[in-house]
Amino acid sequence: MSEERTGIKGATILLNALQQEGVDVIFGYPGGVLLPLYDALLDSPIRHVLGRHEQGVVFAADGYSRVTGKVGVCLGTSGPGATNLVTGIANAFLDSIPLVVLTGQVSTGSIGSDSFQEVDIIGITMPITKHSYLVKDPRDLPRIVKEAFYIARTGRPGPVLIDLPKDVLAQENVVPFSNEMKLKGYKVFGQANNGKIEEVAKVLSESRKPVLYAGGGVVTAGAEDVLRLFADKTAVPVVTTLMGIGSLPLEHPNSLGMVGMHGTVTANYAVDDCDLLIAVGVRFDDRVTSGMGHRFATKAKVIHIDIDPVEISKVVKTEIQIVGDARQVLAEILEALPGFANPDVTDWWNQLRDWREKNTIQYDKDRLTPPMVMECLGEIAGGDTIVTTDVGQHQMWAAQYYPTVNPRNYATSSGLGVMGYGLPAAVGAQIARPNDKVVLITGDGSFQMSIQELGTIAQNKLPVKIILLNNGVLGMVRQMQKMFYNERYSQIQLQGNPDFVKVAEAYGIRGISVNSAEQVRGALEEAFKHPGPVLVDITISEHENVLPMVPPGKDITEMIVR
Amino acid sequence: MLHTLAVLVENNPGVLIRVAGLFTRRGYNIDSLTVCQTEDPELSRMTIVVNGDDQIIEQVRNQLSKLVVVHSVSDLTGESAVDRELALIRVQVSAETRSAVLQTVDIFRGRVVDMGRTNITVELTGDIPKIDAFVHAIQPYGLLELVRTGKVAILRSEA
Repeated sequence: MSEERTGIKGATILLNALQQEGVDVIFGYPGGVLLPLYDALLDSPIRHVLGRHEQGVVFAADGYSRVTGKVGVCLGTSGPGATNLVTGIANAFLDSIPLVVLTGQVSTGSIGSDSFQEVDIIGITMPITKHSYLVKDPRDLPRIVKEAFYIARTGRPGPVLIDLPKDVLAQENVVPFSNEMKLKGYKVFGQANNGKIEEVAKVLSESRKPVLYAGGGVVTAGAEDVLRLFADKTAVPVVTTLMGIGSLPLEHPNSLGMVGMHGTVTANYAVDDCDLLIAVGVRFDDRVTSGMGHRFATKAKVIHIDIDPVEISKVVKTEIQIVGDARQVLAEILEALPGFANPDVTDWWNQLRDWREKNTIQYDKDRLTPPMVMECLGEIAGGDTIVTTDVGQHQMWAAQYYPTVNPRNYATSSGLGVMGYGLPAAVGAQIARPNDKVVLITGDGSFQMSIQELGTIAQNKLPVKIILLNNGVLGMVRQMQKMFYNERYSQIQLQGNPDFVKVAEAYGIRGISVNSAEQVRGALEEAFKHPGPVLVDITISEHENVLPMVPPGKDITEMIVR
Repeated sequence: MLHTLAVLVENNPGVLIRVAGLFTRRGYNIDSLTVCQTEDPELSRMTIVVNGDDQIIEQVRNQLSKLVVVHSVSDLTGESAVDRELALIRVQVSAETRSAVLQTVDIFRGRVVDMGRTNITVELTGDIPKIDAFVHAIQPYGLLELVRTGKVAILRSEA
């Protein structure tokens, strides 16, 4: 038979389409139905980073995305490979991180027959993806890949899943259709703000107690420079969410720090007492509002600027709503400002300074405490080092004390709060930016949820510095059982902990053990001097608590401070 | 308050579950939902009746608009729209009640589409209050089975 062979294999069409989207690296884990794709990968310039668990590869893609602003790409096989990605997809969805998640699927003819390693991953992930595709014809791949990247990165970003049946990947001699997008139903919001910009400028100039409340939307939009200009020009104090960390550095004179459950006293008082709250790229999450939108910033006129119209008036009643890109809207407001008087905030700043003086939490710098470690780490690593964290007490100490100056240098799981995020996120960050320093701040609970990714660090010789705050307990749970459950400690002891230094060494990673305050600086300096990966295992007391803390169901001014 | 939303969606498998899943997930209640073809073979039209105050309806509309498969959402509540529902109703009849039942069907401009020895099936079209009223009127004779399509609606033309 003399069949004309002009087409190419489905898997190759996919890889070519990914390349066209500028993909340089895929974080993945192979499996049966992906064999055609992994075979084609051998002939593709795209780099593949092999994780040790699919949850690790999706977190790595997420970390990659957060420190670059680009779309992260990960790949897992059908069935368990796909379900292991689910937590990471939810994490990206809640924090609006652009990912394209590729999953293998059984052949189209077998779908629905409960065949080996078959799950309906589209159905499982529907509530946690921005959109998803099941590819039934390899000729559609160029269009679907283009659409997936477009949807993932535009508007409010998020994860998009592409499910790839084995026969679609394996089909030979395919002549692909055009990659022209067919997205009639997809809308990117953001319109001309008829008169609203002037209204904001006017309201601002009349305000005596303004606060700007900045979140992840500022980071997504790359609006930190405009935010800084705005702060400098207007003297408006700025609070950030966990997602907004670094959008205005802690040392900036206008910064009041983080707001919310573990926010600073000054930030929480300021939001409660302000007469104007300019909320930019935030969603009034319950970790900020204590889950009580109706009791949040009740004395203030609220201006809400967000790219997602669904967030407007979802939690808090707002006076002025602007749907749009944070950078663009802030820039427009800046342009309108010269037409109005600057707000008189002298008295307000006196009040804020007074609160700050009276309420800054003091800690003993000679004792081995988490804040002391964070500040020492900040001095040695520097504000421009990339920080990833896990979830728990250490995450909050990092948020409160690490002097991050660039929001793209900070990767933490905020909305989902998923333990085990930090180490694979550090992998993704270091792969994305090989010439920058990457430090993971973690705890002994979280670390063990992804400890297998030390293998990925070792295999790729990634010089990540792992700062492990080791207290032998699930500290955040312990803290809440102490404060709200009469010190009835339930299932928080991690007595089976390994010797983490030895674990690191078993992977060929340098391990340093720290047991006293005097050792901290030397150990951290040694870690950053060493060219390869290092784990610094720092023993801290289980009695350390994250303060301040707003108890569940209380107003944000009702903080526990000691 | 009940709102009638006309939602134009892509005519693809899986679209219904995306829309229905959104309602479940966000805790909105669907009163009725119909799906049908439109003049454009690539689009289906869902007519969704949902209960909620203005803020909820605004949220529902925004959430629906966010779905990639949704092309447009419009609110067809109130005077500016015509809405209809179709019902098939099986009613018990006997020699004594037959003429009274048929009279009631006539008054409501219904049609008898099937007739048995002990029951008849009536087809009735109208807005929801009309169908409710018929059901109420026929109840004393013995309502055996009731099937309603759910509301469909269309905008009135301008003047």
